[in-house]
Amino acid sequence: MISAFIGILFDGLAYAMILYIISVGLSVTMGMMGFANLAHGAFAMAGGYVMVTLMQQLGLPFLATLPLVFVIVAAISVAFERLLYARLYRAGELDQVLFTIGLIFMAIAATTFVWGPLPQAVRLPPYLMGQVDLGFRTFPTYRTFLIVIGAVLILALWLGLERTRLGAQVRAAVDNRRMAESVGINVGRLFTTTFALGSGLAGLGGALGADILAPTPSYALEHLVYFLIVVAVGGMGSIRGPFVAALLLGVMDTAGKYYVPDFGAFFIYVAMMGLLLWRPHGLFGRA
Amino acid sequence: MKSMIRLAAAAALAFVLAPAASAETVKVGVITTMSGPFASLGQQMDQAIKLYMKLHAKDVEPHKIEIVLRDDTGPAPDVAKRLAQELITRDRVHMLSGVVFTPNAHAIAPLATEAKMPLVIMNAGTSVTTTLSPYFARVSFTLWQSSYPMGQWAQQAGIKSVFTAVTDYGPGHDAEAAFIKGFTEAGGKIAGSVRMPVANPDFVPFIQRAKDANPEAVFTFVPAGRQATAFMKTFAERGMREAGIRLIGPGDITTDEELPSMGDVPLGVVTVHHYSAAHDSPTNKAFQAAWKQEYGANAVPGFMAVGAWDGMHAISHVIKQLNGKIDGDKAMALLKGWKHESPRGPIMIDPDTRDIVQNEYIRRVEKLGNANANIEIGVIPAVKDPWKVFNPPK
Repeated sequence: MISAFIGILFDGLAYAMILYIISVGLSVTMGMMGFANLAHGAFAMAGGYVMVTLMQQLGLPFLATLPLVFVIVAAISVAFERLLYARLYRAGELDQVLFTIGLIFMAIAATTFVWGPLPQAVRLPPYLMGQVDLGFRTFPTYRTFLIVIGAVLILALWLGLERTRLGAQVRAAVDNRRMAESVGINVGRLFTTTFALGSGLAGLGGALGADILAPTPSYALEHLVYFLIVVAVGGMGSIRGPFVAALLLGVMDTAGKYYVPDFGAFFIYVAMMGLLLWRPHGLFGRA
Repeated sequence: MKSMIRLAAAAALAFVLAPAASAETVKVGVITTMSGPFASLGQQMDQAIKLYMKLHAKDVEPHKIEIVLRDDTGPAPDVAKRLAQELITRDRVHMLSGVVFTPNAHAIAPLATEAKMPLVIMNAGTSVTTTLSPYFARVSFTLWQSSYPMGQWAQQAGIKSVFTAVTDYGPGHDAEAAFIKGFTEAGGKIAGSVRMPVANPDFVPFIQRAKDANPEAVFTFVPAGRQATAFMKTFAERGMREAGIRLIGPGDITTDEELPSMGDVPLGVVTVHHYSAAHDSPTNKAFQAAWKQEYGANAVPGFMAVGAWDGMHAISHVIKQLNGKIDGDKAMALLKGWKHESPRGPIMIDPDTRDIVQNEYIRRVEKLGNANANIEIGVIPAVKDPWKVFNPPK
């Protein structure tokens, strides 16, 4: 009984790490620019595909692909941001939603064309497969690895936001964009940087999570709801909010499917509705 | 003089036109899934049809087959129904075929009946489907055909308790019911059952639940071509094999096209299915060779391709016998009792139910060279759809 519960917490935590790493960039960019970027998941998908391609075509080891994935996806996102997104910052939300949904469909078609419609298989290195014994019970090695690397990333992210100049600028821009601009912060450029970082992180999350959420052409559409729940429940513009939301989502989704499988799929939606009725701006959002 | 020329011209024209008058072009409307998450299934179907046309179009000479392909985008009954209507009324097709998904077939049924339009089902495998229209004939399979014998086999193989985990939609319900009936009738015990949502990112909670129920085996069905690899991985990652729990199910969980991406994980998994790419017969070897020549050495045609391939054979049989003039009732009479040597083995359309009668093979995943293959270790010959045997028409 206790053992099953610990297992659920563990699996939920690993799942939450992936959801958080993928979604945090979306939360910050939405909070800063108010831009509804539904195509955020496409960058996560790109991360998965870049990793699989680097491993299969160039024979790179799994760990070595991860920093490359971050850089490549971030670079791609800058191109998209400058060429396409930048034109729609002042447009209405409907235009932004239509545009980014269109991007998703283009991403689906493009990946189907290049990689084919089947899900890509990730060949994990042997040392990340199987079970690891932590003394009192065994845990799947890869999910343990996910939790550790997720914790490190989150720590780095939070420290970076609290302690660096860039972090201070981001916080200022999210709090009050016009004020930040008037004290000389170039919010446009800051946004490009944040967008690239957020997309790079999404790519990294997509690559790390590829073993659980396999890269398929319809990835961005299939998991969109989960990313949006994390952002909506966590509160836009927040860094910590999405983590709590991802944790709730991961654990509740896993627990719901385990204990009441017949209602497993509904569970998180009911929970989300309750939360949003209670706090319409999310757990850590500002009115 | 002028009239002489006119006469000669008329005669010449008549000479040219005479054979053309008896050479018919038979339009076959194919409704399948070419886009969206399930595009890989329609793609296999489409490739099989194209390969058939390339190699066998001459079989129906002097007649011609014209394929009119339409994309139903996935399990979308409304789209399938609209496409069928357009094909029948606007494109004036003579026959219909394709159909990956059960709900789509069900939506088309009333149209086929009304238009007396023969529909050769190349995939959709829910048992009840063929009872919905007298103009439906199925060349694919039903889940009862594989899962009911699987239950009997499991008991004979010494497995005493099984946990079932199936995807929560028509074919999953069929697989679950069929297996449980076969297994418990033979004396087996069900340790627990769970239905998994169709759109499901993570199998962990379900597999953990199965593990905690401590059965001797897990019987599972997930839609072929997408989720089987993920399920298989999670199964291995959870240490199910170390816990002494086997994995069994219909062949959808070890489809030939997904096996290469599964690594060593599925080795030893036993399934019951009607087609394995490794099936040892001259017809299958020729089919596999033709496929690889057309689509590359790494291309593997799975049961979806074989269904479409045999469907085309059935259609050309009708065209030849009717001499290109398709009539719904005559076509159905010809399809009833149609026998064919398929790459999967001998098949027949049951004259009573218009459903497929075929061998079911018990297969184990083993290494063949350096690739995985579904190696046949037993055969149950000429299996009729058990569901129709248990639920005779009233």
